[in-house]
Amino acid sequence: MNFELTEERQMLQDTLRRFLSDRYDTRVRNAILESDLGYAPEIWRQLAELGVIGALFTEAQGGFGGMGFDIATVFEELGRAGVVEPFLDCALLGGGLLAALGNEAQQALVEAVIAGECQLALAHGEPAGRYDLEHVATRAVPDGAGVVLNGRKAVVVNAEAADHVIVSARESGSVLDRAGISLFVVPRDADGMTLTGYPLISGGRAAELVLDHVRLGPEARLGAAGAGYEALSTRIAAAHVALSAEALGAMETATALTRDYMTTRTQFGRPIATFQALQHRMADLLIEVEQARSAVILAAGHLEAAPLERDRNGAAARTLIGRVGRLVAEETIQLHGGIAMTQEYELAHIAKRIVMTDHRFGDTDYHLERFIALGRDAA
Amino acid sequence: MDEQETDVDLTYNDDERAFRDEVRGFLAEQLPPALSAKVRAGAALDKADHDRWHAILNAKGWLAPTWPEEHGGCGWDAVRRHIFEEECALAHAPRIVPFGLTMLGPVLMQFGSDAQKAHYLPRILSGEDWWCQGYSEPGAGSDLASLKTRAVRDGDHYVVNGQKTWTTLGQHANKIFCLVRTDPDAKAQEGISFLLIDMDTPGIELRPIMLLDGTPEVNEVWFTDVRVPVENRVGEENKGWTYAKYLLTHERTNIAGVGFSRAGLASVKRMARAEMSGGRPLIENPFFAARLAQVEIDLMAMATTNLRIISRAARGQAPGVESSMLKVKGTVIRQEINDLARRAAGPYAMPFVSEALEGDNAPVGPDYAGPVARQYFNNRKLSIFGGSNEIQRNIIAKTVLAGDRR
Repeated sequence: MNFELTEERQMLQDTLRRFLSDRYDTRVRNAILESDLGYAPEIWRQLAELGVIGALFTEAQGGFGGMGFDIATVFEELGRAGVVEPFLDCALLGGGLLAALGNEAQQALVEAVIAGECQLALAHGEPAGRYDLEHVATRAVPDGAGVVLNGRKAVVVNAEAADHVIVSARESGSVLDRAGISLFVVPRDADGMTLTGYPLISGGRAAELVLDHVRLGPEARLGAAGAGYEALSTRIAAAHVALSAEALGAMETATALTRDYMTTRTQFGRPIATFQALQHRMADLLIEVEQARSAVILAAGHLEAAPLERDRNGAAARTLIGRVGRLVAEETIQLHGGIAMTQEYELAHIAKRIVMTDHRFGDTDYHLERFIALGRDAA
Repeated sequence: MDEQETDVDLTYNDDERAFRDEVRGFLAEQLPPALSAKVRAGAALDKADHDRWHAILNAKGWLAPTWPEEHGGCGWDAVRRHIFEEECALAHAPRIVPFGLTMLGPVLMQFGSDAQKAHYLPRILSGEDWWCQGYSEPGAGSDLASLKTRAVRDGDHYVVNGQKTWTTLGQHANKIFCLVRTDPDAKAQEGISFLLIDMDTPGIELRPIMLLDGTPEVNEVWFTDVRVPVENRVGEENKGWTYAKYLLTHERTNIAGVGFSRAGLASVKRMARAEMSGGRPLIENPFFAARLAQVEIDLMAMATTNLRIISRAARGQAPGVESSMLKVKGTVIRQEINDLARRAAGPYAMPFVSEALEGDNAPVGPDYAGPVARQYFNNRKLSIFGGSNEIQRNIIAKTVLAGDRR
């Protein structure tokens, strides 16, 4: 048994932690949050140079990691520092799908992603789809050798910055069928695709996409026709590890800030850390954060396992972290008092990150239901 | 005690029901739809919105339910006040801005001079004065009595120096009531005075604090050599703590917020009927439905606890630790409802659509989704302000464990 990081991952963690603690404080991030782009291209480029994006891809894909624990290591640090740059959407989801399914021309984009020179987005969720991964109402209809896309995509993170958007569309079956979903690589400025962008409450930007007779040639197709669901669910499984690890990192920051605040803030003539009622609540949070850490380890350690085991552990992590994350966000704010509700205090952003994680690819209830269903299959 | 023992009655009597119908009729007729739509959508109200509703209530004579009739109040008992508050919340009426009406007004009536009452009370009703509260300081939150803002006597003025914070809606105010330290050598609670200060006095600077939901709702107020006439002191010098505590008990009327919770729960149900999950409405999802039911059950019980206390108050019994209990339970329930609303919105809870954008741009996703995450984060304040829930628990524990059972 060994729960220590490999030497390489330890180095990655140290490098990333040092870079972010030097360069990414509350003021820097608040300026990024208020910028039109919603992320900092310079920081993106520097992190790419440090190999942070490469760590999310396997050697065969041109990276040097790509396993569950590589993803967890990177995203825990990104979560600690409340980084808003689009590592999940551009690299893990967009780049990951291209790497898994792409032909030669599409694989070339992966290289550019790893170098920090290409931005991607995944346009899968739809206005009425909520968290249902199989929900695809957008249609792809044959058009000569290519297809024509029609439909709408909801809350597409990083869409405005993306050079290419990976769009899911249905070629057969009904709205909630797993079979019949295809993927296409669409240039962001494709005729017929319009974006309405907006900032997100926890940082970064997203857009609503309208696809109105978007004509694509055969080169746009990513992977086999109608077989997109499996690749999507594999990447979303990696996203569950990333989101869980990110929330864990953010929770570490939330509890560390709270510990520091409690030992320095005095009321009634003594540090508030000396009040037993508050001590016990802090202790409960620390217990739960260790639970979250173990849940992340389980999810990361099973990312390469058979889909059933992978998904049970992924659903378990998202369920547990959805619950614990809310508790930690709310309690750390409460233990601080009003100060934690101000934009200029680090915890404000960190708490928003933790809570809003629950709105990506399923909340705690969605994953609880999933966990139960997967357990039933396992018998 | 009663000569004729009457059985338990869980409902309003005929008079009270008639009163409720009258309130409903008034709201249907007089509450501007544009205002209730804003409240219902969770949009921020501007000063003109507040002033408009204030004027409508004042014209009807229903602006000051807690004031005695001699000062222009309604003369309602606790049950009627509760009915009024609940119906207003259910109709999505704007909250009555409390600083003048429910905070300062009662203090002036109890402790102010005749001149202060004659001058200030009518101006609160007319809306001429918008008051804000100068209580908390960066170093004095839950431990309010440790406040440091100094007022030094200089002839017939006090000279005030210091800083107040969390001053809600101070940007609209022309007056501020402040707790200041007039005797630094006395025990913390015994050296405090209560001053009424014009916001346009030289030396006052107001700085907005941006909250985590992007709203400039609270402010810092800085005082540098601010000269305040001695006649602007309420009551005696160094007795301000007594007045402040009196104010805090009035701040706690309607602390349970039953009407807000009912309105919030109804809105969560509307959302959950509209949202589809796995091919069926979210409201039929057993996990979501169970969360919803738990809150509803808690709310039903708390509403009755609230009525029990109100009914006793209407018979002249002062509430004790119950108001602390209602503050804790009431805020926890409201926050739980905010959490349900956030969950119900799904991915569309993520967009941050600022007030400025809402005016010009179409909403992102369903119209109910826009404000839910903002409200969830903003309402973390409910368990922090007005005496944090930890302070309320201290009050309950001290009262009960010291054997002081009421």
